[in-house]
Amino acid sequence: MAELLSGNHAIAEAVRLSKVDFVAAYPITPQTPIYEKIAEMISEGKMCGQMMRAESEHSAMAACISASLAGVRVFTASSSQGIAYMHEMLHFASGCRVPIVMACVNRVVSAPWAFGTDQTDTLSQRDTGWIQLYCEDGQEALDTVIMAYKVSETIFLPVMVIIDGFYTSHFIEPVEIPEQTLIDQYLPKRNLPNRFDLSNPAFLQNVVDPPNYTRFKKRQFDDTLKARRLLIEADKEFGELFGRSYGVVEPLELADAEIGIVTAGSMTSCARIAVRTLRSKGIKAGLLKIKLFRPFPYNEVARYLGTLEKVIVIDRNVSSGKGGIFCDELKASMYNLKNRPEIYGFIGGLCGEDLPPEKFEKITLSVLRAKKPWDVPKWIHRMRF
Amino acid sequence: MDTQDEILRKGHYACPGCGLAIAMRLVLRAVGRKAIAVIVPSCEAVISGTYPFSALEVPAFHSAFAIAAPTAAGISRALKIRKETDVTVLAFAGDGGTYDIGLQSLSGAAERNEDFIYVCLDNEAYMNTGIQASSSTPPLSWTVTTPKGKVEKKKRLMEIIVAHSVPYAATATIGYPQDLMEKVKRAKEFQGTKFIHVLTPCPTGWKMKEELTGVIAMLAFETKVFPLYEVINGEIYRITKVPKGLPVRDYLSIQGRFSHLSEDEIEKIQQEVDIEWERLIYLAKRHEKV
Ligand SMILES: Cc1ncc(C[n+]2csc(CCOP(=O)(O)OP(=O)(O)O)c2C)c(N)n1
Ligand SMILES: [Mg+2]
Repeated sequence: MAELLSGNHAIAEAVRLSKVDFVAAYPITPQTPIYEKIAEMISEGKMCGQMMRAESEHSAMAACISASLAGVRVFTASSSQGIAYMHEMLHFASGCRVPIVMACVNRVVSAPWAFGTDQTDTLSQRDTGWIQLYCEDGQEALDTVIMAYKVSETIFLPVMVIIDGFYTSHFIEPVEIPEQTLIDQYLPKRNLPNRFDLSNPAFLQNVVDPPNYTRFKKRQFDDTLKARRLLIEADKEFGELFGRSYGVVEPLELADAEIGIVTAGSMTSCARIAVRTLRSKGIKAGLLKIKLFRPFPYNEVARYLGTLEKVIVIDRNVSSGKGGIFCDELKASMYNLKNRPEIYGFIGGLCGEDLPPEKFEKITLSVLRAKKPWDVPKWIHRMRF
Repeated sequence: MDTQDEILRKGHYACPGCGLAIAMRLVLRAVGRKAIAVIVPSCEAVISGTYPFSALEVPAFHSAFAIAAPTAAGISRALKIRKETDVTVLAFAGDGGTYDIGLQSLSGAAERNEDFIYVCLDNEAYMNTGIQASSSTPPLSWTVTTPKGKVEKKKRLMEIIVAHSVPYAATATIGYPQDLMEKVKRAKEFQGTKFIHVLTPCPTGWKMKEELTGVIAMLAFETKVFPLYEVINGEIYRITKVPKGLPVRDYLSIQGRFSHLSEDEIEKIQQEVDIEWERLIYLAKRHEKV
């Protein structure tokens, strides 16, 4: 059944359908409607599970970690400063190998204070050991939260399901809400281990020596890589049951393309239109939407972009003094390929600044004309086309 | 004491004469085996053992520094969801972890009345990182970061906790093990956030003789520096043991951290201790039936 839902409320529906036991959260724009909707559903008895009104994101994540260790299904959501505020606990969560799912609604990290979307908040958590999934719209976010639990509870690693603030979080679209019975079939309640076993008491996370530290980290690293395959399987199974699947990346018109645009998140929708227009003008443009950022989809990136002549990466984020984060990651991942494409980095759409299809078209035309790529990214707002 | 009841094992890593280890041992004995302990960075984490060993005979989780309370809350809520309602969740944190970095998260949990016993192991400084001052460090005390003595007062933590109307809050010291254990047992009878503030002398940080730990703890009480009382529902204060009122000098003079004090300074501390004691009497009398 399709309902008109914002991206935030689509996520809240996914949390209800996933029969989450425990939610600890804290308000922050633009994530707050997720928190509010879950509180409402619990208080009206539409959702089982309980809500802990945390006094900070740091504590919300702390409680999610310990509740998860005690064997219940947990959820939280945050944005921007809130994600930054949890940073310590994000590392802790992945190291504790807890299957937490967190919705992240992108918003700039201050200063200056601002509210629009910008992926720097989640991308700066790149090395915290969380699986990161960037979604294009509310439907994908709803479906991905459910898939995320499946993957997370199989590999025991936490997952961020990420949408753009306002564009996706507040934009209302028809969203298909799956049947609970089918969800129960897809995502049965697992008997998660309670790691506080009174009959066999263990001391969790006590201090380890360097060899053991390395052993634990290597194990975590390898399991994180395995999450890619699990996600592909979870996505495929989801598709079979519900008729929707997304892949870890989504290629569009790349087979015969001479130039490819790379996007993540909501800007992908505008890039789709741009590719259609460019194609109608005889330009062989294609698109790769990156959904999975950690673990990094090396194989897919090489497969779809490795043979192109030119690749454009549009980053709605910035690592000051270096470049756009997706662009840098793509460059690094393709360095060892024999025929790697030229990669052209652009920064734009910061703080939710609009990136309409025409911008993608103009950027593509300018890159087609370009003689060689640059190291330092071009800023879209400064460009005269 | 019967060794079968001991939950803190022998052979742990505490310094000789560590008051904190004694407090952990007593608290765990009083709580019993149906318990889960939250440990945070502090000497308590060192004492609890390194991988793959544990000095604790109950399940424990070494969480991050600022979050003893919400970590305990997460466990206690999860246990309730799992319908395991007969397990006590115990949060241990040092004075730094309670008075300073963990105060916000403790306040949040106490306001929500999360169900656990919180034990503040107060050795009056950041000992694990090498004796830096905290907001629990008493006035004029030497620490590495207050080489000429701390200027500020010791934060009145109990009043902050009491202001949350928690069902049970109490002070205790290892100088009076029976009193401490009784308070822990009483705490177990309440639903919600229980707070026990334990003074745990630290020979290393207080620059005192190892064998004096117990004596110092008793003197802290007898000089009224650390009164023993409990507060029910944030309202009813009850002084659980009446001190002799020995001069504070008896307590200060055997600790190196106070060896630089002048006569005037000792007198000043005496006056402040007397004022605090009067304040406690006032709070306790307020609720006496007329
Ligand atoms: C966020 C964070 N900041 C700092 C530290 C470093 N640290 C570890 S233990 C400790 C001292 C703890 O002092 P206290 O809570 O009084 O316990 P004690 O060591 O005295 O028992 C500090 C500062 C940390 N682990 N985490
Ligand atoms: Mg201390």
